[in-house]
Amino acid sequence: MPPILVIARLTVQESSRRRLLLALVILTLIVVGFSAWGFNKITTVTNNQGQALPPDQVAVVTSQLLIVVVFMFSGVLALSAAVVAGPLISGEVESGLLLAILARPVRRSEIVIGKWLGLAVLVAIYAAGAGSLELAAVDWATGYLPPHPLDLIVYVAAEGLVLLSLGMLLSTRLSGITAGVIALVGWLIAWIAGVVGDIGVGLHNPALENVGVVSHLVLPSDGLWRGAIFAMEPDTLIAAMRALGTFGRANPFAAIDPPPLPFLAWVAIWFAGMLALSVWSFRTREI
Amino acid sequence: MAEVAEKTEAASPRGEAAGIPAVKTVELTKRFGRTVALAGLSMTVPRGEVFGFLGPNGAGKTTAVKLLLGLLKPTSGEGWLLGKPVGDLQTRRRIGYLPELFRYQSWLSAAEVLALHCELAPLARSSWKDEIHTALETVGLTDRANDRVGTFSKGMQQRLGLGAALVGEPELVFLDEPTSALDPVGRHDVREIIRGLASRGTAVFLNSHLLSEVEQICDRVAVVDHGRVIASGTMDDLLSGTTVRVRVTGLTPADKNKLSDFGRIDDEDDQLTFANLDAKRVPDLVASLVAMGGRVYEVAPRHQTLEDRFLQLLEDEEK
Repeated sequence: MPPILVIARLTVQESSRRRLLLALVILTLIVVGFSAWGFNKITTVTNNQGQALPPDQVAVVTSQLLIVVVFMFSGVLALSAAVVAGPLISGEVESGLLLAILARPVRRSEIVIGKWLGLAVLVAIYAAGAGSLELAAVDWATGYLPPHPLDLIVYVAAEGLVLLSLGMLLSTRLSGITAGVIALVGWLIAWIAGVVGDIGVGLHNPALENVGVVSHLVLPSDGLWRGAIFAMEPDTLIAAMRALGTFGRANPFAAIDPPPLPFLAWVAIWFAGMLALSVWSFRTREI
Repeated sequence: MAEVAEKTEAASPRGEAAGIPAVKTVELTKRFGRTVALAGLSMTVPRGEVFGFLGPNGAGKTTAVKLLLGLLKPTSGEGWLLGKPVGDLQTRRRIGYLPELFRYQSWLSAAEVLALHCELAPLARSSWKDEIHTALETVGLTDRANDRVGTFSKGMQQRLGLGAALVGEPELVFLDEPTSALDPVGRHDVREIIRGLASRGTAVFLNSHLLSEVEQICDRVAVVDHGRVIASGTMDDLLSGTTVRVRVTGLTPADKNKLSDFGRIDDEDDQLTFANLDAKRVPDLVASLVAMGGRVYEVAPRHQTLEDRFLQLLEDEEK
């Protein structure tokens, strides 16, 4: 097996043996169970005449609640990715764990990419597993299935990968705790900057709008989150928000358009750049 | 522990590359900012020899090993391992390394850690079972093969690290303080392992503070201080002198000063130790002591130990 895959396997194995995966699975099942119960209650809501809500309204309410629940899932994923990626390299350098491995015929780039790959697999599995379970639970409880479920999972996974990539880059030079904290703060700042950008759109303020654009370019986590939101919204809601014009675009928990293709292309470049920077940073680090 | 020598004593030293030294450095220098960690290290370690690299804390020993293994980049100078420039990836297939800061995956079993090193070495999968079995047996961990490393004591982890350094029958092994966590039995076992390695033609580069240990197993040593080699050679070259310990009373400080003609003196009240004194001059020394009014109770000449020589070298450096 090539060294990259050996290191990737070792990373997955570590998460498994340290019961990180088990903890995430149990917590996810608990959240999915509770949210299924909560979504089920939407179908029992009645209007002023004591009648059940029409399907369109159930879909709108469900989609809004789903966005909040998925925001929590994506937050858990982003936080976990940052916390795990923070000490990914630096922790093993500081403990001496990498010394014996680096003396083997293994390139440092193989260690960096292998570790990224291992955690990327875990992020993807978590996003796919937790996302599928949650969507199945919502479908069972309300009969609502978002229009683009696969896109939703891909965007949530990509958001986790952004945090993983940032945490790992920082981990090649900084201590684990510092790298993890910076990645987390970066994620929060990017989200807030995205909200500021939305407000700028609503107020027709180019300066504030640019804050959102720049933050999406520097750390594309919020831009990807907007893609996830769009994937969860029913067409009726999107049409209603479009009718509101710029005000409809000023909602941080709503998206009128999917992420534009140039942005998605930039995300691909961003990932490649982060990996290249991580490799360069680790290769030039003295151990 | 089983002896490596037993398994491989029939094997001849790797003659195919006998002319190429295991380690060669020319003016290898490493600076960290203004601090000079290694100042122009030039040395040669022949194949199949056990080479002791000695020095006080902070002398540059671990820096030298890390430079040779490519973990650090030299500020200047060059180095070769097994005839290839330092950092050559393929050469690492023929090298074993036990770091001073040894740590292994606590979530793996001992056998799994060794399998990982077999895989990264890389060795043919068909050989892993034998390699792991031999390594575990050599370092005395056969009974703990399937236990998680996280449950191991420090000494056991160091044994495991030594085992990992031995997989694939390397031609050159770097051992950085290999007995720092071991009890006397473990230290004895490590000495036997090193002797076994040497007998099958493996060069061993040994960093150690334990001078008696080095004295017992090394063919050649280099003493490094403040990043410079201050002495090097075979053990016979370095330890040619005699040390004479004298227990005497009735001498004044002035009397003791007059004894400086007999070489460097360690003065511990009634006990004077003359480092590097020619054995033929011992009668003259005793005569001088008696002439000064000293009462001599004991005169004990002995061959100089590595510790004597080491301390003498460091003291000379400070002057």
